[in-house]
Amino acid sequence: MRLGQRFYLREVLSGLALTSGHFFRNMGRHVLHALGRKDVRGAVTIQYPEERRPYAPRLRTLHRLVRREDGSPRCVACMMCETVCPARCIYIVADEHPNPDIEKMPARFDIDLGKCVFCGYCVEACPEDAIRMDTGILEFSSYSRGGMIYTKETLLSLEPAGPDGRPTSPVPIPADRRP
Amino acid sequence: MTAVADLGIAFGRVAFVMLFVLNLGGLLTWVERKQSAIMQDRIGANRASIFGLRLFGLFHPLADAIKMLTKEDFRPANADRFLFTLAPFVSVFFSLVAFAAIPFGDVLRAGGREIPLQAITLDVGILYVFGMLSLGVYGVMMAGWASSNNFALLGAQRAAALMISAEIAIGASIMGVIMVYGSLNLQDIVRGQGALLGGWLPMWGIVTQPLAFVLFVTAGIAATKRIPFDTPEGESEIIGYFVEYSGMKFGMFAMADFLETVVVAGLTTALFLGGWQVPWLHADGFRFPWGWAVDLPHLAVVLLQVGAFVAKVSLMIFVLMLIRWTLPRFRYDQAMRLGWLGLFPLSILNIAITGLVLLAWRPA
Repeated sequence: MRLGQRFYLREVLSGLALTSGHFFRNMGRHVLHALGRKDVRGAVTIQYPEERRPYAPRLRTLHRLVRREDGSPRCVACMMCETVCPARCIYIVADEHPNPDIEKMPARFDIDLGKCVFCGYCVEACPEDAIRMDTGILEFSSYSRGGMIYTKETLLSLEPAGPDGRPTSPVPIPADRRP
Repeated sequence: MTAVADLGIAFGRVAFVMLFVLNLGGLLTWVERKQSAIMQDRIGANRASIFGLRLFGLFHPLADAIKMLTKEDFRPANADRFLFTLAPFVSVFFSLVAFAAIPFGDVLRAGGREIPLQAITLDVGILYVFGMLSLGVYGVMMAGWASSNNFALLGAQRAAALMISAEIAIGASIMGVIMVYGSLNLQDIVRGQGALLGGWLPMWGIVTQPLAFVLFVTAGIAATKRIPFDTPEGESEIIGYFVEYSGMKFGMFAMADFLETVVVAGLTTALFLGGWQVPWLHADGFRFPWGWAVDLPHLAVVLLQVGAFVAKVSLMIFVLMLIRWTLPRFRYDQAMRLGWLGLFPLSILNIAITGLVLLAWRPA
């Protein structure tokens, strides 16, 4: 240590100059902000529920099942996603499809989001591009484990996120949180 | 009738100081959060609201108090029941009464009376404040001992050691001030600081005793047990004397720290920043050294003085908070070394220099 550093007071004063510099600079910016200069901000804080940062386009969020033109699921219940899922959170029950050109369709398609690890393997494994993770929805919660199981109907009703990454469909409310 | 009026005036003086210190102490939780946030480019607590009104988070102290009061008041099975409950009250009490001898204004003349603006007029005011500040550590030691927890006891021991090394430095550093102004009465010391050096420079303690100012503030921060010297508490990782406390008793220890901050700020103001003195303001108005004069009525002068005192205390609290949010914690041995090998010898040196200067300047 140099002599100036060993002498404690000088270093303390330089530290105080730094922190008080930040204080007065930010205080001035807060005042400017309050006076109407909304482009000046005194803090780097993003106030989360009201303000959100844009999500990255590749972000893996809540799953959705892609629909055909008639509204039925594009899924053919091939069980690829259920097989590849490392968390084993997908449960599919297959059924005959009324259209003979299409082999099968899921009678049930449940995802237990309490177990899901959001690895995205189901999306990659799907040969029909029937499941995607692009809804932009991250804030889903439940008071029970059962409430974390999302069924086919819920997953079919979701829409992809908008160009800014914001969800376009509302966050599905699990059964145990409906009044 | 006069006895009732006297009693009322005395009560009013005490109530003013009491409410000033208590409210400021409560407000400091908000000041601490917001000031640290602004220093660190953050926003700080702003979520507590009443009817959607947030007021920059000013309701957070209120929410804190409600939370503290409704939490479980836990007492360990082996704790000394009486002392365990008494300790937080002792801590808060002594930091609360310490402010009583600090004058917040000169004399208010109203209705043929002369009302000293001070909760109690004591000729040994400085010793009283000093004594009350020292007694505060008894609450801490009581808490550590009564918790029947070895970590709490160690924390209390650190508190006691820190307090002793800080107090020696406080006592020795104010000696110079007492020598310059020739009184132990805080009101006399503040009046003495109204004199002008060379006809223009107010003779505040920071001008006549700059070294003592630095030493006193350093030791004063140690006396408040706040961050550069928070080895007794160390709530974030090392365990302090109030581990076993919860609910409002814990809140009272936290409150005592803030009250001590107010007391140290008030004492620094009274001893070094001229107390209620406004530069060049005399009893009948401003008399500027460059010849201007503004005559003011008595009430305006008194209000200016009280306002100046409050402003100076607030400024001092700002500085103490700034230090608290700038410096990291001293290790126990570093704090001891600073107290015994840094502050104490320097205060003795300050006494010697002050004595020599006084001898040279005004020979008896």
